[in-house]
Amino acid sequence: MLKEKDKIFTNLFGDEPFHLRNAQARGDWDNTNELIKKGREWIIDEMKKSELRGRGGAGFPTGLKWSFMPKDSKLTNYLVVNADESEPGTCKDRDMIRNEPHKLIEGCLLASFAMNAHTCYIYIRGEYFNEAVVLQKAIDEAYDAGLIGKNAAKSGWDFDIFLHRGAGAYICGEETALLESLEGKKGQPRLKPPFPANKGLYGSPTTVNNVETIAVVPTILRRGGEWFSSFGRPKNTGTKVFCISGHVNNPCNIEEEMSIPLRELIEKHAGGVTGGWDNLKAVIPGGSSVPLIPKSTCDTVMMDFDSLSAVKSGLGTAAVIVMDKSTDLVKAISKLSRFYKHESCGQCTPCREGTGWMWRMMEKIGNGHASSNDIDKLLDVTKQIEGHTICALGDAAAWPIQGLFRHFRDEIEDQLKKTQAA
Amino acid sequence: MSNQKNTFVFNEENAIKAKEILLKYPTERKQSAIMPLLDLAQRQNENWLSRDIVEYVADYLEMPFIKAWEVVTFYSMYYTKYNGKYLVQVCGTTPCWLKGSDQVIKACKEVISPEPNTVSSDGLFSWMQVECLGACVNAPLVQINDDYYEDLTYDTTKNVLQSLIDGSPLSIGSQSGRKSSKAVS
Repeated sequence: MLKEKDKIFTNLFGDEPFHLRNAQARGDWDNTNELIKKGREWIIDEMKKSELRGRGGAGFPTGLKWSFMPKDSKLTNYLVVNADESEPGTCKDRDMIRNEPHKLIEGCLLASFAMNAHTCYIYIRGEYFNEAVVLQKAIDEAYDAGLIGKNAAKSGWDFDIFLHRGAGAYICGEETALLESLEGKKGQPRLKPPFPANKGLYGSPTTVNNVETIAVVPTILRRGGEWFSSFGRPKNTGTKVFCISGHVNNPCNIEEEMSIPLRELIEKHAGGVTGGWDNLKAVIPGGSSVPLIPKSTCDTVMMDFDSLSAVKSGLGTAAVIVMDKSTDLVKAISKLSRFYKHESCGQCTPCREGTGWMWRMMEKIGNGHASSNDIDKLLDVTKQIEGHTICALGDAAAWPIQGLFRHFRDEIEDQLKKTQAA
Repeated sequence: MSNQKNTFVFNEENAIKAKEILLKYPTERKQSAIMPLLDLAQRQNENWLSRDIVEYVADYLEMPFIKAWEVVTFYSMYYTKYNGKYLVQVCGTTPCWLKGSDQVIKACKEVISPEPNTVSSDGLFSWMQVECLGACVNAPLVQINDDYYEDLTYDTTKNVLQSLIDGSPLSIGSQSGRKSSKAVS
């Protein structure tokens, strides 16, 4: 279990105010300019040593991503923070924004300096109105204290942060859709390449990072990359904020060590599965886009990128959705299919047409009017969508369905037969 | 196109805010301000956008109307009709559904209107089902205008709605008495 002294987000639940003076008392903004004076290479090197992998879902190594930014481009480099938290099950960034905004702002300065960016945009989902109000207040506090703006934190680096509110579109969490949205357009993903590090916001080199990725940067730089990488397992390092929702006694967010066993996470922090561990049916371990895993896998799996991918699922955003034996799994996944149908941006035909078709088929199965052939057809369609769209939303819509039938097909077919016999 | 003359303009306070918003973006990238300006206009107009208002915002940013209209229709938080004083948005995505969002919807049907997207007879509310609001460990929840009411049950949903009818809204956040997303111990 992660010790209190090793937690990065000591005010995750807002026990203390978010304000600058409180944040400084917690250690934020402590000699930030000393970190900057150590130089760009030192920062990127420490990030590489930390083995931090992006916390938005894809898990790309952060230090490596930063090193892709051109060092002497004549264009303006940008850092864009993805605070469009919308992956079902996920609500960690919300707590960081409303209770620890100064960690994020300080992280923005350090990351921007490392990537030669003088400007940062934070794109926050529109529904997080009150969170945006808090974040703007914290940004204003940082400007007033000279921590950002001209000669930010007396580092000699000029740095501006602007907050941009979204307006209710899951797809804007996809980094190029986010950039389109920030440019004032429909949020439809761009074809890659070119990647944002070459042509991002306004055609300039841009790095898009998740809130948590940026908010852990100041602590990593203060305590050292090796401190961070001492948690978890190689290539799956650090601390991580997990969101535990669904059928548990005490749903919550919690910062823990990466690679913690799933069972321990649920039992120590969320009060266990409702009705006890043996009442568990399945868990979606990383937000709606990753396939569910059955109880037998949950018994032993560790919560990190590699162990979850070894069981054909993923860590994603580390949003753990717990489903006990009372759950109608077909309905639970069908609700996700409905979600993807609603959130498809409409650009690629397989996704635009396929997400609606998959949802209707899932409803048909849920209503008991389907046959085994229908399930075959549905799985075939998921394969035709997967990998055939510009962005990963098509994949994300296909995987939960594939996961469901991978583990529970026999049970679902039995149920269909029973319904049809009745 | 309507023949009616466009009468919408930003009021004095919002005209200042609009100028401040424009400063966030490079001067040659005014279109970036379309989302915050539509939001500002919508707030000035009882939380909905008519075509005239969108034309005004498009002109303000010197962009074609159709580009602005594309934005209005792409994102779910711009409304092209009046939704009552309070718009109640019930999350029905899986984490909320697992924790009883059907009961929240039932309460909305009883108090507001049997059908979604229908303004209640007293003009106070409408409700709609929406997708994930991103507060899943406090499920089920509703968003009412800018505020989240979390950890709901059938009864507490009714309490929240009644408090709006009574003109003294309950405190926002968890309705089960816990703080933020911390586990109850």
